[in-house]
Amino acid sequence: MWRDELRGIFYIALKDMRTYYLKPPSISWGIVFPFAWILAFYLRNPQNFEQLVPGLIAMTILFSTTAAEAVVINFELRLGSLERLLLAPISMSAVLLGKVIGGTIFGLIMTVAVTLGSMVALGLFNISVLYLALIIVSSLLVFSSLGALLCVLVKEVFEAQTLLNLPRFIMVFLCGVVYPVSAMPLALQYIAYLLPLTYTVEGLRQSFSPNPSAVIFVDALVLIIFFTLFILPATKLLQRKFM
Amino acid sequence: MKNAIEALNLTKFYGEILAVDHISFEVREAEIFGFLGPNGAGKTTTIRILTGLSRPTSGVAQVLGYDVVSEIVEAKKHIGVVPEISNLYDELSAFKNLLFMAQLYGIPRSQRKARAEELLKAFGLYERKDHLFGTLSRGMKRALTIAAALIHNPKLVFLDEPTVGLDVVAARSLRNLISNLRYQGVTIFLTTHYLEEADHLCDRIAIIVNGRILKIDTPEMLKAIAEERPIIEISFKKASSRIIEELPRRLPELKIVATNHNKVRIYGGTPSSVLEKVLQYAKSEGNEIDKVNSVKPSLEDAFIKITGLSPTIMAVEKGGK
Repeated sequence: MWRDELRGIFYIALKDMRTYYLKPPSISWGIVFPFAWILAFYLRNPQNFEQLVPGLIAMTILFSTTAAEAVVINFELRLGSLERLLLAPISMSAVLLGKVIGGTIFGLIMTVAVTLGSMVALGLFNISVLYLALIIVSSLLVFSSLGALLCVLVKEVFEAQTLLNLPRFIMVFLCGVVYPVSAMPLALQYIAYLLPLTYTVEGLRQSFSPNPSAVIFVDALVLIIFFTLFILPATKLLQRKFM
Repeated sequence: MKNAIEALNLTKFYGEILAVDHISFEVREAEIFGFLGPNGAGKTTTIRILTGLSRPTSGVAQVLGYDVVSEIVEAKKHIGVVPEISNLYDELSAFKNLLFMAQLYGIPRSQRKARAEELLKAFGLYERKDHLFGTLSRGMKRALTIAAALIHNPKLVFLDEPTVGLDVVAARSLRNLISNLRYQGVTIFLTTHYLEEADHLCDRIAIIVNGRILKIDTPEMLKAIAEERPIIEISFKKASSRIIEELPRRLPELKIVATNHNKVRIYGGTPSSVLEKVLQYAKSEGNEIDKVNSVKPSLEDAFIKITGLSPTIMAVEKGGK
């Protein structure tokens, strides 16, 4: 049984990689948009750019995974091919998890490219690779499942991208991507700590610091809780959509 | 003979709308069972329940001995489904689509390629194996969608309106494919709103209207229901919409159906008295009778008698076209 489920998750993710990664919405929202932001920040302040690197990696994770989810879920919802997967001898959770992993791998490729590029360009080699991997992977799963949760609510890719922009931009401005959370008014700090990207940025900053603290494990734990909070209702919503 | 499907009091509400209303039926192994009804009758909803895409509001159903709610994942290993829309992946080639289905259904790696090629050959698509699904003709897409449903050698195949939108040649070739499947021992559950298709293909037919099954029987037995009363087909020389307006007023005791503007079918009565009254009507309208035929009842006649609906309702395609 679990073997069937794992096989299904693997092949759905693999098929999504082959089928959707080069679709225009994946490229524009998942690749071009994060790179444009990085370039804009670099041109504005090239001297202190290394301080922005954790935030920009976090933003890349957020945009690439959610953009990929909109494509892998909403293309199939629109064309009816998601039903094809639901007819296979696997559970609905396995189908959704396959979709989330598909988005996660797309995000991983983008994030690795941005992280390695930043490290090489800025000479940032004094980092904790294991901590960095822990935060990146848990964040990719969180935002991929957040994307899945919102994307199953609508049918069209453009509707999904529009809907996703609300949490994306709130998080970009409140979660320490550009301005440190500690520098924000107290009320906004409370809101920031309710948003998952805050823990991604904090975890990434810890990974890039010479002496990372144990806070990084709290960040990872909170991110895993967010993943559970997003994936469970996403499965329920998908079930409700079809049942 | 064992049953491949058993449904008891299946009911499905979508909000306030009753899509399937306490239907019960059995489908025997290795038969072609037709679900015949107009659009919106509940055919697709029934398939969705039996294939696990939808849950019944009440009632129970078993597919190949598995409960459709609690054991559906196990049931899916043995069933193939051809949805109404050919929904394979436009971005993958014909061959890669089949290969993906083989992976999803757990066909051993060593057999996947051979099985996909075997099906492509059987469906006459081998030459197009590397063409993207999105570039294939509608008939080819339909054939490939059926091939995909057969990749794991299912014991039971659900076909939802398999020939909708196909040209005559493609539809005929598909019907031959469906017949061949039955001879290989596969049970077929077919929904259609084409009376002729149901008549030619099915061993038994369930007539479903407004979510309720009105009759289940073989096409021959259904036609025999209509044969209880004589059917006369009369063609007039001049076509006029008044024929179907006026004739039922003159012959209120008989059922009269227009098959086109100058042709009617009259059900019941004695042929001599019917003919006499129609002759009188034709004279009074300045029209003449061109041809008179005694008609052997078709499934369409049986459908009219059983449902009380006009056969034109069955000619309406999905989307009201």
